Amino acid sequence: MRSLSEIETVSKRSSRAAGYSWGIAEEVAKNIRLLEIFSLPGIKNLNSFFKKKKELRLENISLINQNNEATKNEYCPIIAGVNCLDQIRTLENLNEITFKKISYPLLFLPFISRASEIIGKRIFLKIDDREFLLNYNNNIYSNYTKNEIVESGESIYFKILENRDSFEEREWNELYKLSEETFVEENESLKQSGAGAGLTDND
Amino acid sequence: MNVSLRDPNIVMKLSRLGSFHQSKLSFLRSFLKEFKDWDYKRDLFELNENGHGTAVYSFKKENRVYSLICFANELNENERSDRVIATKWDAAFTLFDGVPTKQDIERLRNEVPKQEVGRLSYKELTLSRANKSVRVFNHVVERLSEGKQPDNDLLSRVGYLYRTTAVYGSGKFGLADRFRIKDREEIYGPFRLEMMLVYFVRQFTFDQVNHVAKSKNSKKAVKLDVNICKSLGIGNSTGLGMAPFIVNHPTLLNNWISAREISLKKIREIKIISEKDKKLFLECLKKSIKNVTSWNTESEYQKNKIKFLLSDLNKFIFYLDNDFNFEQDYAFNELYLHLEKEYCEECIEYVVSMMMEPYDDITSPLIKEMSSEEDKYFNIPTERTVEELKTILEKKYPDILTIDFSKNENNLNFWFISKNKEEPRLANRFDEVGADLEQPLAIARDIKKLYELLSVTKNSLTIARFLSTNNELRHVVRRAFIVEKFPYSEIQDNTIGKKIVPIDMLRLKLSFFGALKFDPRSDKWLRICMFQGAPLPEQLKNYDEHWVYN
Repeated sequence: MRSLSEIETVSKRSSRAAGYSWGIAEEVAKNIRLLEIFSLPGIKNLNSFFKKKKELRLENISLINQNNEATKNEYCPIIAGVNCLDQIRTLENLNEITFKKISYPLLFLPFISRASEIIGKRIFLKIDDREFLLNYNNNIYSNYTKNEIVESGESIYFKILENRDSFEEREWNELYKLSEETFVEENESLKQSGAGAGLTDND
Repeated sequence: MNVSLRDPNIVMKLSRLGSFHQSKLSFLRSFLKEFKDWDYKRDLFELNENGHGTAVYSFKKENRVYSLICFANELNENERSDRVIATKWDAAFTLFDGVPTKQDIERLRNEVPKQEVGRLSYKELTLSRANKSVRVFNHVVERLSEGKQPDNDLLSRVGYLYRTTAVYGSGKFGLADRFRIKDREEIYGPFRLEMMLVYFVRQFTFDQVNHVAKSKNSKKAVKLDVNICKSLGIGNSTGLGMAPFIVNHPTLLNNWISAREISLKKIREIKIISEKDKKLFLECLKKSIKNVTSWNTESEYQKNKIKFLLSDLNKFIFYLDNDFNFEQDYAFNELYLHLEKEYCEECIEYVVSMMMEPYDDITSPLIKEMSSEEDKYFNIPTERTVEELKTILEKKYPDILTIDFSKNENNLNFWFISKNKEEPRLANRFDEVGADLEQPLAIARDIKKLYELLSVTKNSLTIARFLSTNNELRHVVRRAFIVEKFPYSEIQDNTIGKKIVPIDMLRLKLSFFGALKFDPRSDKWLRICMFQGAPLPEQLKNYDEHWVYN
């Protein structure tokens, strides 16, 4: 079994060899490590992507808008991803972002997972029919478990989720009430011997 | 009194870092301290009459066990090489997490001797190999088998029976990733498991030499005297592999240097030096001189450094004995200020290390801070502005920004990874091919480039917008934001210039390991000795922490 350290090193060097700057190669290395930790096919997709990258004639995108549509070919997942990560504070205000056509979209995913950690909000990501709930870069909840190469994403969408409770107030109150059963009812004597008893706070 | 931390622009210069010496913070010393109350055992020792076979050593405490598995193999004279290009060694080792089963040992017997081309698993923590110092080993076998102890002069000139030529950890070749073990309290200090491996290997070399001598002449042979064993360490040949490590791990580097700097600051802030502490400092300092006078090297560069160090130390000790008043307030601060004025960098840093000796209460808590969670600082704060980044560069890289990289002498070398051994190398970019595959280790040059670019960019632009069109410099943008938080994370020198002495970078790292007697064999590799004078495993439960100077 390859260690995560080996995965990171080889991903970094191969990204540089594939033409990315050292700084971006460092990002890709962290991302592939992340995908592999989350049991998503990072190495498999990166290898396939680099083999086909030249013939794909990918489009780069620098500034991310609410709706982003590649004009001729697909977007590069790494350049699109790194710019989403860098610009996440601005994108947070747009709330929902869409892309048409990203090549190897699983390579785009970890950038958004890391963005979730940066803004401290969950992000819902949809790549065609694959759904991912990115939880602050701590874990990923998904309906997708295949260990496969995904060469193309036609429709990619992500939505930044507000930090809201996942339960109703009524449910909270019911549970809180039950938790109160661990407390001791104070009688007069306990009140008299409690911290601060007998002192005036108007001194 | 509040003493300021030393300026990174002075401390982080290569000549200063290359003058660092071992101290109480050094990893091999903190390793011994941590493991002194663990149970040591030799679990297996199956060697033939020539010393070839398998051995297992372990440290155990409660449910935790670390086992060193040694494979000693026959090696032809013409196959023995300390260079990283070697493919066979006298012995190969791995540190196993737990107690290895017979199946584990059989699996590892096929992999460990192959080193870089073998495959390890998450059950193994570190990996190493070593070669005999044949002349010394054979001499010791000969003498012991005749019932005599070896020639002390020869032993003290060399200092070890075996030299390791690499020690690997942290996920290399399939070894366990650090995340699997990082929460174990006993390994909070850096490189602790690498230190454990080397320490066990040292014991193996004594057991092996005794075994071979006894096999040679079972009636007459005697064991190597315990005090002689204690005076021997493990040699190590180190090349450029270590140099990029300190550039590639900026927050870790910061935490090492920072522990040293905070120690010094706190010591300088002590108002009254107790008689006991003063005595210990002086004792360690005076006794340590023998480590300098017995420091053998063929390197003119190092000989010169030793000459100045020795002369300065003698002058300094004379000053302490005759002119210095330890009764005055903040005596160590006065001493430090005097050092900075009068002595060479080697001597200053030597004495700084000595000053720590009496102050366990200051150094011990800092040892636990010497690791780093590097990933925490990886993301670039892209909401910051160009103006802020420019200010960071001006404040944190003042001398680097004055270097003219259009001059060939300042841009002479490039770092690359060799294809045959995947090891870092340094070469002249104007004479050699391969500069187009340069590694991102020319930090000074790229920081200067970044500064020039920022200077013609709108101040209010966010880093996110700046990077969207300037990702070529992303690696140094990240570093600049790291150095803002971690002042000692960056070498404040040019690592590709004509004047670079790469062994300064090795020396820095090795001093934190706790190495003694740096012996440069060229400007690109050196030999050192580790654990020389250290207690043997059987003596660990009750040992003198100042053993380095005994």
